[in-house]
Amino acid sequence: MTEILIKNGFVFDPTQEIKGDKKDIAVKDGKIVDKVSSSAKVIDATGMTVMAGGVDIHTHVAGAKVNVGRNFRPEDKLQAVYEPARGVRHMSGGYSVPTVFKTAYKYADLGYTTVFEAAMPPLYARHTHEEMRDTPILDQGAFPMFGNNWFMLDYLKNQEYDNAAAYIAWLLRSTKGYGIKCVNPGGTEAWGWGLNCLTVNDPVPYFEITPREIISGLINANESLLLPHSMHLHGNNLGNPGNYTTTLDSLKIAEGVKTDNKFGREQVLHHTHIQFHSYGGTTWADFESKGPEVMDYINKNKNITCDIGFVTLDETTTMTGDGPFEHHLTALNHLKWANTDVEVECGSGIVPYVYSKDVYVCGVQWSIGLEMALLAKDHMRCHLTTDHPNAGPFTRYPRVMKWLMNQESREALLHTMKNEDKVRDRSSLSSIDRELTLYEIAMMTRAGTAKALGLADRCGGLGIGLQADIAVYPFNPETDGNDAEKIEWAFGNAVYLVKDGQIIINDSEIVSNGNKKTYWVDVTTNPNKQVERDISEMFTKYYTVTEKNYDVEEHAFMKNPFVIKVDATQ
Amino acid sequence: MNTITLNLITGRTIQQGVSMESGKEKPDYMKACGIIELDPSDIKKLGIWKNTNVRVTSEYGSIIVKAIEATQGPHPGIGWIPMGPWANMVVDINTYSTGMPTFKGTKVTVEPAENETVLDSLSVVLKACGQ
Amino acid sequence: MSKLVTDVICPFCGTLCDDLEVEVSDDGKQILEVRNACAIGATKFLHSQASDRIIRPRMKQDDGTWKDVSYAEAAKYAAKILCEAKKPLMYGWSSTSCEAQATGHMIAEQVGGIVDNTATVCHGPSLIAVHDVGIPSCTLGEVKNRADRIVFWGCNPAHAHPRHMSRYSIFPRGYFTGKGSKSRKIIVVDPRPTDTASLADYHVQVEQGRDYELLNAIRVAFKNGPLPDVVAGVPKEKIYEVSRVLKSGRFVVIFFGMGVTHSLGKNHNIDEAIAVTSDLNAYTKASIIPMRGHYNVTGSGQVLGWQFGFPFCVDLSRGFARYNPGETSSNDLLLRNEVDACFVLGSDPGSHFPNKSVQEIYKLPSVCIDPHMTPTAAVSKCHVPVAFVGVEVGGSCYRMDNVPIESRKVVDPPAGMLTDDEFLKLVLAEVMTIKGAA
Repeated sequence: MTEILIKNGFVFDPTQEIKGDKKDIAVKDGKIVDKVSSSAKVIDATGMTVMAGGVDIHTHVAGAKVNVGRNFRPEDKLQAVYEPARGVRHMSGGYSVPTVFKTAYKYADLGYTTVFEAAMPPLYARHTHEEMRDTPILDQGAFPMFGNNWFMLDYLKNQEYDNAAAYIAWLLRSTKGYGIKCVNPGGTEAWGWGLNCLTVNDPVPYFEITPREIISGLINANESLLLPHSMHLHGNNLGNPGNYTTTLDSLKIAEGVKTDNKFGREQVLHHTHIQFHSYGGTTWADFESKGPEVMDYINKNKNITCDIGFVTLDETTTMTGDGPFEHHLTALNHLKWANTDVEVECGSGIVPYVYSKDVYVCGVQWSIGLEMALLAKDHMRCHLTTDHPNAGPFTRYPRVMKWLMNQESREALLHTMKNEDKVRDRSSLSSIDRELTLYEIAMMTRAGTAKALGLADRCGGLGIGLQADIAVYPFNPETDGNDAEKIEWAFGNAVYLVKDGQIIINDSEIVSNGNKKTYWVDVTTNPNKQVERDISEMFTKYYTVTEKNYDVEEHAFMKNPFVIKVDATQ
Repeated sequence: MNTITLNLITGRTIQQGVSMESGKEKPDYMKACGIIELDPSDIKKLGIWKNTNVRVTSEYGSIIVKAIEATQGPHPGIGWIPMGPWANMVVDINTYSTGMPTFKGTKVTVEPAENETVLDSLSVVLKACGQ
Repeated sequence: MSKLVTDVICPFCGTLCDDLEVEVSDDGKQILEVRNACAIGATKFLHSQASDRIIRPRMKQDDGTWKDVSYAEAAKYAAKILCEAKKPLMYGWSSTSCEAQATGHMIAEQVGGIVDNTATVCHGPSLIAVHDVGIPSCTLGEVKNRADRIVFWGCNPAHAHPRHMSRYSIFPRGYFTGKGSKSRKIIVVDPRPTDTASLADYHVQVEQGRDYELLNAIRVAFKNGPLPDVVAGVPKEKIYEVSRVLKSGRFVVIFFGMGVTHSLGKNHNIDEAIAVTSDLNAYTKASIIPMRGHYNVTGSGQVLGWQFGFPFCVDLSRGFARYNPGETSSNDLLLRNEVDACFVLGSDPGSHFPNKSVQEIYKLPSVCIDPHMTPTAAVSKCHVPVAFVGVEVGGSCYRMDNVPIESRKVVDPPAGMLTDDEFLKLVLAEVMTIKGAA
């Protein structure tokens, strides 16, 4: 394999506490090494910023609901130029729900190399994998959903924790999943009857278990299985005024739980798109931010991580495994609504949404995300996402960085809002003068996310031995300072991108579709006859596919499957 | 001997499905789809015996099929030809900018044609193409 | 001796039954028996064994007779006509695997083709309606486990999806529906008293082509609004009664078919059916599911969706993907004489398009890739027989509720016979050579 030397860039790498020092990065055989021979290809990064390839911990880019979003919104293709094929690139289009090709090309432009699909309905796992297989460049993985699965509801209600763990291991293996996702625990099952669970104490109809028991059970199962990633939670009551109490109740369930894994992960709970869960007030009229309260709790509790889900003030497409929420949303905005309830397992919904800066609620939502990120004390535990495409498309990450790094840009936007005073009044954003540094941005976008995913030994940093995923941005920290427009442009236009030691972007042009990997986790547990019987019974009686037709075959549906093996037989 | 006017609809039947999968060039496919199902009252109006051949004509074309008694009736005023080359000689081709021809709801006339024969699927199509 | 292959997927309709058992001879070449399948599915498996099967590609001579050619020659011809055309139509894709579809799309991207699938004469209007009003839906297992109100609107599963009723919709005993058909009330809306209607608690004999009015009247009835005495041939008392039955259900599912998509009103009929479903969610839980026809027409829409962003009639001829049903859809293109080559795989437009469109195909340079002799093959210049997907080669397929299932290979294809995907790859390689990109 070729050797590469990235010379003379300003390097930001929180994993080694490198804060913009001028350094050379050497690459050989797909890995970062301390030096290379004189025949190495030299990339001159003089005057540019060098970081590890970005790692997205939560995004919706592949699978059944994403494709419903594409297919039911032809108008979304008109929001961005449909790019023709050229060189190694396929035709690529779409804005908030881009095609698989555009997803890969745009993430590459952003300097990202690893991207985790946040919600995989197990029955639709094959579809998720087909899309990931057809997504070039990016390393990917997907989280199957467990929070409304009948097996989990039954086992956890009866406190059969060994069975719960054995079932999780089986499902991860069957679906080639990466970790435990829990979306609106109990609420989506309740949605099977048109109902919901809005607090952690609302019993799930028929199953008579509470979201609290589900969350607690899944966290403990996750730790007993020693998984690389923690339980990944989208809590109850998303998007409603006053929901921050539910959020704090959910976070508190992790108190006292410790982790002992060999992947360097320190948290036991990752709460996703926390911005959507940090709302005060009782109605949309007295809606306000409770971001500071929630972030204060997270700051104090080191076994929790979160990603923000920044609202970017765009027209977008919301899509989530939280079926009842989407029904609620279509009643609010009267736009078209798609829903899919999935037998035995989960559900999902999709509604287009226009976040307008002239609607005060949207302005406040925008403020809350930024406010929380600026109040965070440890950005290794507070990650940059837009819950793509829910709060905005991922292509807006550079704009979010701009807002985080430059107070003037925040103020300028606030000034243009129709309800400026009201928006300023409902959150503390205007009073915060903090501006994040590139070092902190690197924590939020690669070092922190890789660590939380349990992948710190592979990506997210530039240490010797890590896989050579490296982005070079046209941004000179010495002369560009925190020039707002330069930030937004530079971090969306990587000049070079290396993945696994292969040059993907050369001189701002995508030159290779790379050799993407798909991560999945194979946990060995003690044999469990009871669970095997339960699974067979469920397929015989209640599923509409047979047990043998459920398994996702690696050979057919995955490109370069990369198995992380875990032994949890103790 | 009369001519009657009907509303024609087309669609699947189990015989259409089975015979199609057995080979569209075979006589069974013609037996299953080269037919028109008529309500007994319409057969009476037409003044024919059931199981005799008729000519079905619309603004879009004309085809000989065998008239049989409705299997899923009664449906007076409605004619049914299983989907296939025979039906497609006469269906309304207009899509009204939806992409979808109007396969159901074509105004047709039916007249006796006892001395004509029903062609097999390949012949129906090739003859219409002028081969 | 023989061996039994279990959990076989049936490659006929969108029901995509996955519990077939096929007995094959010990050498894996002969299908002896097919169990659990409906009459159509069983026939499909058994017909693959026909002794008169065409096993080599053929070109039509000037005198109308066929001459055998090699796969390589057929691929060269296909590539040539596609590359020479300005606006080649690449139609079908519904009776093949997602893998083959994806390969076909790569050819279309290279040659600037129009990719359209059988939704164009099936559920195309439904896809358009989904653009307008969305679609609250669920998997078929939700129907089995929860549904206590089933509506078949303009569809006749007794004929078109024979095992649908026993596997999913009327008879099965599910988690919350332990009494099977006794747990459910069945409503059939159809201008004919069909065989499905004979199983229903309520048959609503709508006047043909008046579905929109009736759906709209049901929405009025939900709100206890006033109705004329008769709407679409149905007395108002019956409309009020049916809407009461729907509202009183715990989980309502509406299945709809060609009765609404083929009739005047087209997508607007479905808009209204979806609106009925959305309305019902204010009172109870409701879902709506299109009865997709071909076993993998759904998959074609999915693959087109993730690769290009649109579910059917995708026009790549301008170098990027465009979508405009009515303009870029097969019948409109053919009837307006806009197409200059025709490439058909996994469908039979010769039988199922209006004959005027077929006459247009007859005039064009054309290739038909199909295991059978069909009217499409008869009007094409080149016929390429291939292995049966789901019988002689596996591959990914999507059920009518979008659930993906991997179909299985049961027996070997005849010696020397290529699969769809293998032949498409030959064509793609030829296209790349012509385009100078190889």
